[in-house]
Amino acid sequence: MTKQVSTGTTTLTILQDVSLEIAAGEACAILGASGSGKTTLLALLAGLDVPTAGEVHINGANLFALDEDGRARLRRNQVGFVFQSFQLLPALTALENVMLPLELAGNDGAREKAAAWLARVGLAERLEHYPRQLSGGEQQRVAVARAFAAEPRLLFADEPTGNLDSATGEEIISLMFALNRESHTTLLLVTHDEAIARRCPRQLRLAAGRLTADERR
Amino acid sequence: MSAADRLSAGAVLRLAARMLGRDWRAGEQRVLAVALIVAVASLTTVAFFADRVGRTLSREANQLLGADLVVVSDVPIAESFRSEARRLGLAVNEAVRFPSMTQAKDRALLTEVKAVSAGYPLRGKLRIRESAAGPDFEPARIPAPGSVWVDDRLLRRLDVSIGDRVAVGERGFTVAAMVSEEPESSAGFLNLGPRLMFNMDDLASTALVQVGSRVSYRLFVAGDTQRVAAFRDYAAQTIRPGQRVEDIREARPEINSALTRAERFLGLSALLTVILAGVAVALAARRYLQRHLDACAIMRCLGASQTLILTLHVLQFAIIGLIASAIGCAIGFLCQYLLAALLAPIVSVSLPAPGWLPVLQGLIAGFVLLFGFALPPLMALKKVPTLRVLRRDLGAPDSFGLSAYLLGGAAMSGLILWQAQDPKLGMYVLGGVLGTMMASAVLTLLVLRLLSSFSRGAGLNWRFGLANLRRRTMGTVIQVIALGLGMMALILLTLVRSDLLESWQRSLPPDAPNRFLVNIQPDQAGAITDFFAGRQLQPPALFPMIRGRLVEVNGKPVSSKDYVEDRARRLIDREFNLSWAEKMQPGNVIVAGRWFAASDAGKPLLSVEEGIAKTLGLKLGDDLTYDIGGSRLTATISSLRTVDWDSFRVNFFVIAPPGVLERYPGSFVTSLHLPASQSVVMDEIVKRFPNLLVIDVAAILAQVQRMMDQVVRAIEFVFLFSLAAGLLVLFAAVSSTHDERVFDAAVMRTLGAVSAQLRAVQVAEFLLIGALAGLLAAVGASAVGFVLAKQVLNVPYSIDAWIWLVGLVAGAIGVAIAGLLGTAKVLRTPPMQVFRASA
Repeated sequence: MTKQVSTGTTTLTILQDVSLEIAAGEACAILGASGSGKTTLLALLAGLDVPTAGEVHINGANLFALDEDGRARLRRNQVGFVFQSFQLLPALTALENVMLPLELAGNDGAREKAAAWLARVGLAERLEHYPRQLSGGEQQRVAVARAFAAEPRLLFADEPTGNLDSATGEEIISLMFALNRESHTTLLLVTHDEAIARRCPRQLRLAAGRLTADERR
Repeated sequence: MSAADRLSAGAVLRLAARMLGRDWRAGEQRVLAVALIVAVASLTTVAFFADRVGRTLSREANQLLGADLVVVSDVPIAESFRSEARRLGLAVNEAVRFPSMTQAKDRALLTEVKAVSAGYPLRGKLRIRESAAGPDFEPARIPAPGSVWVDDRLLRRLDVSIGDRVAVGERGFTVAAMVSEEPESSAGFLNLGPRLMFNMDDLASTALVQVGSRVSYRLFVAGDTQRVAAFRDYAAQTIRPGQRVEDIREARPEINSALTRAERFLGLSALLTVILAGVAVALAARRYLQRHLDACAIMRCLGASQTLILTLHVLQFAIIGLIASAIGCAIGFLCQYLLAALLAPIVSVSLPAPGWLPVLQGLIAGFVLLFGFALPPLMALKKVPTLRVLRRDLGAPDSFGLSAYLLGGAAMSGLILWQAQDPKLGMYVLGGVLGTMMASAVLTLLVLRLLSSFSRGAGLNWRFGLANLRRRTMGTVIQVIALGLGMMALILLTLVRSDLLESWQRSLPPDAPNRFLVNIQPDQAGAITDFFAGRQLQPPALFPMIRGRLVEVNGKPVSSKDYVEDRARRLIDREFNLSWAEKMQPGNVIVAGRWFAASDAGKPLLSVEEGIAKTLGLKLGDDLTYDIGGSRLTATISSLRTVDWDSFRVNFFVIAPPGVLERYPGSFVTSLHLPASQSVVMDEIVKRFPNLLVIDVAAILAQVQRMMDQVVRAIEFVFLFSLAAGLLVLFAAVSSTHDERVFDAAVMRTLGAVSAQLRAVQVAEFLLIGALAGLLAAVGASAVGFVLAKQVLNVPYSIDAWIWLVGLVAGAIGVAIAGLLGTAKVLRTPPMQVFRASA
């Protein structure tokens, strides 16, 4: 897979001929320096961006043969996300944020399921709070609950601790891995933190847009 | 030394222009510029038009007056005036004006008649045509005895041509010419009647100047300014009640006040546009501020002084202001031709080209609007903390709160007071605008709260849309008010107006009198009754009418100078119609005192209509002294009445019991209902009694209605700008939340939302805003309609739930469509690009 971005006069290559396969249930970290293309890779794998060349298959479905709505539908049923900057909707309460993916998928009992997930991340008392009333760590817990609520088969996490202090970051990572083990989700985690990466059995390394290492422990 | 000091003025200007070019390409200034264009265009459209009317009135004052100075009187003017004018070496001539029926073939037409003496007019132009196709020219002398000059309305409506015979009173005339331009034909609403002019020497032979006729005697003088001033002093001291002096300074006859009022109303309608545009400017300026905080913080880090930053931005806005206002003026200049065309039948004189003053007005208004609302955000930009470069959460300085809008509010209030040209009216409008806004804000907040407490069970779209509205409460309130005001104006002019007209027309019984017969002489009363009886028609009751002037109240002389109100002044200056009656007319209700008993016959008592008593400050028990044809009558107010004027029955402001007024000379008046099939009877009665005046109520109403329609169309035209401004506010509001919407959509896309779901969420939000604004507009329009019905038209007005429904549905759909068009781009942006931009 290749991703190029044109910036007026020059063409910038962000990803160059990256090819990889991830098995169901695997937990995999993508490591690399800033600008190495790891977030772009994650976005392409999730169909949030379109590659210049190449294909992505999720459970046999060719992502870029689908249109934007087709990819959204696929994500709705199979993919969860945790972002570095949480990306909660500021107009909605914690509960409503977690309900959102369930409601978009047309699930019954969204309210009850969402409340249960918030309880599991330790926010049972904060259901009706708005994001701005929550701390960074609490916001990321809401985001984790939102990612797991739709029971996805694939979870993408983009530097989930990047905006948190180390103690809170550690809590979030432990929570994510615990939930991941329980629900047997395939996990793809982008980080530049070797300690966090070591918790994944498989580590991919990116440098200047190329895959430089694929290690399994 | 600051950076601004180091840079030359030219360099600063070039830098500002470059920044403007950059921002313009980014599309950030477009809403602002368009809002300014709409506001200035709307204001100048009206201003240009008003300027043209004003020019007609001031430049052609002599034309309107027909002289340098006129003495107007309702009794023949004493010879002393004439001799004094001649002694001063002034040119003098005279005219007598009165309404009369003009007959031709079998038709009769109510006409404004003018008998003129040689030399008329002293000032201004009189132009005639001696054949339909011939050129018009200034005649060397007045109509020859036995001939009349008429206007084209008379030719048309009596179906006669030059050379035909017509009769005025008891005298026959030949139509010698058509008047194409004449003095004393003023610009105004009431210039309705056809006109006819003949030689003063023929006046007596018409036998039309009789007791009780409404005649206006005019003495014209012209000459050297100082001598005219001397004559003015003499005349001012010599005139008696019922006489007045008009000169060029007072050449705006009172009928022009209607046109002035229409102009003012148009101006205030234009102001609504300005208010809405101000909101759009405020929203756009706020977005501009938010988007430029970073750039300014960086510029400050790089060494730009606060002054330089402010100078650069003010310059940039000034360039926009100048260009946008200029475009607005150009559009206004073109649109005023349309406005003038719409109002042409009312103005009834040809208007000169507009001057340049409105351009100045437009530029000033544009700049006041722009800087009133954009300066506070610019000041905030100047104060942006440099530290924002490191900590982005250091947002706009706190000065950008509600207080920042104070300047804008003050600018707007100033514009309203300026445009209203009358502090009282201005304050009313200002109060109305503020009151409406506050009420709308409270209502909007209330509905938002109410809806959200019910929304838990609602679907995602509604809940999300509502959540978005609540999150930006202030923005939502502003959007709802702005759209609501625009829609209210439209509902008022369309649905409520036709509702009001219908209820008014319904309130008239089908057999309401439709003709008035005026000027019936006492010796004709019996013959008139016989005339109707001879045609198997019910003879109408005749009411006596005596003309008298109110000269004293409780023994103290009264003068129009004692009163402030126009109506009171007119009532004092003119003669009253007095009457006597034994029984009260139906539709009259006594509100104080009691109606005359049989034993009151011959006692000096009066029953006075309540409204006129209030206007003149009269109360029960007051003694009124009237001058009736030179003799005085003093009587006491023994009752106050309300009168149902809409019944079209003959009614009088002041009535005495029988046995008091009979000894004074007077005439009779009556009203009757004549079916359309019998209308020829009126032509016959005029033939028999040429001194009678027949007033066709239906024709007058139709004419008034036509004129009102024209005024309404002109106002609707001006309100189109308001609608455009309302949509601009919506657009500005939508773009001010554009970044948030794009972000929300990206998150939802990531979570698996398809386009239809994204669109549904947006639609829900816009439907809510539109429905709220529409409902508010309908409620407001109904309230205004209700007040108009109760206070002005005096008809029952049931508030129509249908209008509310129309307002709600039309508002919701209209806003949803406009909103969706404005947010189409939101759906097209890929999620990752959004996250990168906001990270």
